[in-house]
Amino acid sequence: MAEKIFGKKVGKEVQAGDLVIASIDCAMGQDGTTPLAIQSFEEMNAQSVFDPGRIFFVIDHNAPSPMESVSRLHDRMRAFAQKFGIQVFDVGEGVCHELMVARGLVVPGDLVIGADSHTCTYGALGAFSTGVGSTELAVAMASGKLWFKVPETIRINLQGKLGIGVFSKDVILFIASYLGADGATYKAIEFHGPVIERLEVEERFTISNMAVEVGAKAGLMIPDSKVISWVQKRSRRTFEPVFPDDDAHYAEVIDIDCSLLVPQVALPHRVDTVKSVEEIGEIPIQEAFIGTCTNGRAKDLEVAAKVLAGKKVATGVRLIVAPASREVFLQALQMGWVEEIIKAGGVFVTPGCGPCVGTHQGVPGDGWNVISTANRNFKGRMGNKEAFIYLASPATVAASAIEGKIADPRKYL
Amino acid sequence: MTVELKGTAHKFGDDINTDYIISGKYKFKTLDMNELAKHVMEDIDPEFYQKIKPGDFIVAGKNFGCGSSREQAPRALLAAGIRGILAQSFARIFFRNAINCGLLVLECDTSGIQDKDELEVDPLAGKVIDVTRGKVIEVRPLPQVMIDILSEGGLVNYFKKYGAFRGV
Repeated sequence: MAEKIFGKKVGKEVQAGDLVIASIDCAMGQDGTTPLAIQSFEEMNAQSVFDPGRIFFVIDHNAPSPMESVSRLHDRMRAFAQKFGIQVFDVGEGVCHELMVARGLVVPGDLVIGADSHTCTYGALGAFSTGVGSTELAVAMASGKLWFKVPETIRINLQGKLGIGVFSKDVILFIASYLGADGATYKAIEFHGPVIERLEVEERFTISNMAVEVGAKAGLMIPDSKVISWVQKRSRRTFEPVFPDDDAHYAEVIDIDCSLLVPQVALPHRVDTVKSVEEIGEIPIQEAFIGTCTNGRAKDLEVAAKVLAGKKVATGVRLIVAPASREVFLQALQMGWVEEIIKAGGVFVTPGCGPCVGTHQGVPGDGWNVISTANRNFKGRMGNKEAFIYLASPATVAASAIEGKIADPRKYL
Repeated sequence: MTVELKGTAHKFGDDINTDYIISGKYKFKTLDMNELAKHVMEDIDPEFYQKIKPGDFIVAGKNFGCGSSREQAPRALLAAGIRGILAQSFARIFFRNAINCGLLVLECDTSGIQDKDELEVDPLAGKVIDVTRGKVIEVRPLPQVMIDILSEGGLVNYFKKYGAFRGV
């Protein structure tokens, strides 16, 4: 699929390993990376952007601003966007990777770059999307083009059927432990099989989102009929989906039977050090976080509300919830999920990245154990190097919040 | 022409991520790389910034620079005085970012290099000499486009000069 998307963009057949200069369909920047991109853009003496309708800025990582220096950087983004007619999703609109897909900005067959490593999320729609740095965003904004090495592809066939209480997050955590943090470096991954086919589109994003945690450049899935109708509901763009050839060449093919998979937990401070919830033992927790570009979507809040309904968050645990977008928040309100979560003792923060990257809204204390639905648990990630971060599905996080220790969600579902 | 660079090795392990290189709690606040430089590697080696002499090298295992796409990571290392990184392998976004801001990234067998070894690096010849151990280490060559970007001192200058990517 990667070769076919790049081939389409450069107008000739390409193979893994080829270096190409390709036109991009859209470019995204967030508030941690865009100010530096603007600085590079100005240092290059670039005078215009290639197409303001294909560039999107999102203020989500540090929003609302916790301090004046951040407010100045946000204003710099707003001023640049206004000058060139670029759309800004401002404070509270949501996480960049939710907005890019839910607002219909990315469609199957696209080539997308974003100055954020989790840009690979859109692979679930059959788009080749990948993270770049700020200066590459600047060049892409100015010229509409970027150079790429066409990657080789690892095909992962996810066989079987997920049991109750086992979610796409558990699948990708298992894959992370299987491949390791650099198991797919410089390669694309294609996720196939009945497990993917059965997942709803928004559950699939969780898997593509974390492709970068094994080093992958992209995490692609087939744009099947579910994807096509999902995108058609949200986007006015016309599109040409790309499918892998039947005789496509893969660097490696991996088969995983997911039928026996149980809820998974990544241990501090590595995403690829994973244990099943059954073998994790007694781990008391002080903070539980549900949200992020990995697991802050409607289905995530729905399952959290289901687990928490009629229960109480354990004494000594802070449960923080950050919906992935304003729309997700509204839906959760209308469906009564917000009420269930608040009654149980949870607290909601602004739609956006929440405490995931350690800039605000829930920095843990020394020695705390945090269980989070995010995608990274590096030491210091949430702003305190003395804290310990565990990663799991929203159901596992909600169950853990109730019990005050890492807990198996299956008895609540 | 040869460009020979000399510096001391600072050894790190595998999978050094960009959160370790420069923590998110600092990088969102400022574009002042000299300020960010004071905090490089802080969460895994609080004294690291004090140890760096201008021109030094970081020597690491596999997958250096994994994690976030923050270009502040290579830029802060440069501002801290680090001239280049030698690693068994790099995460792809960091690798591109480093080249784009003019930080040398050399893929080579780093297993024999010890902390505080004196190194001589000749990036054009693709060669590292571990002076302390008297060993020559071959470096995996870069694609031409990356050599061109590095030769201009980074992507800003490259783009200023050429206005587009030249044939790759």
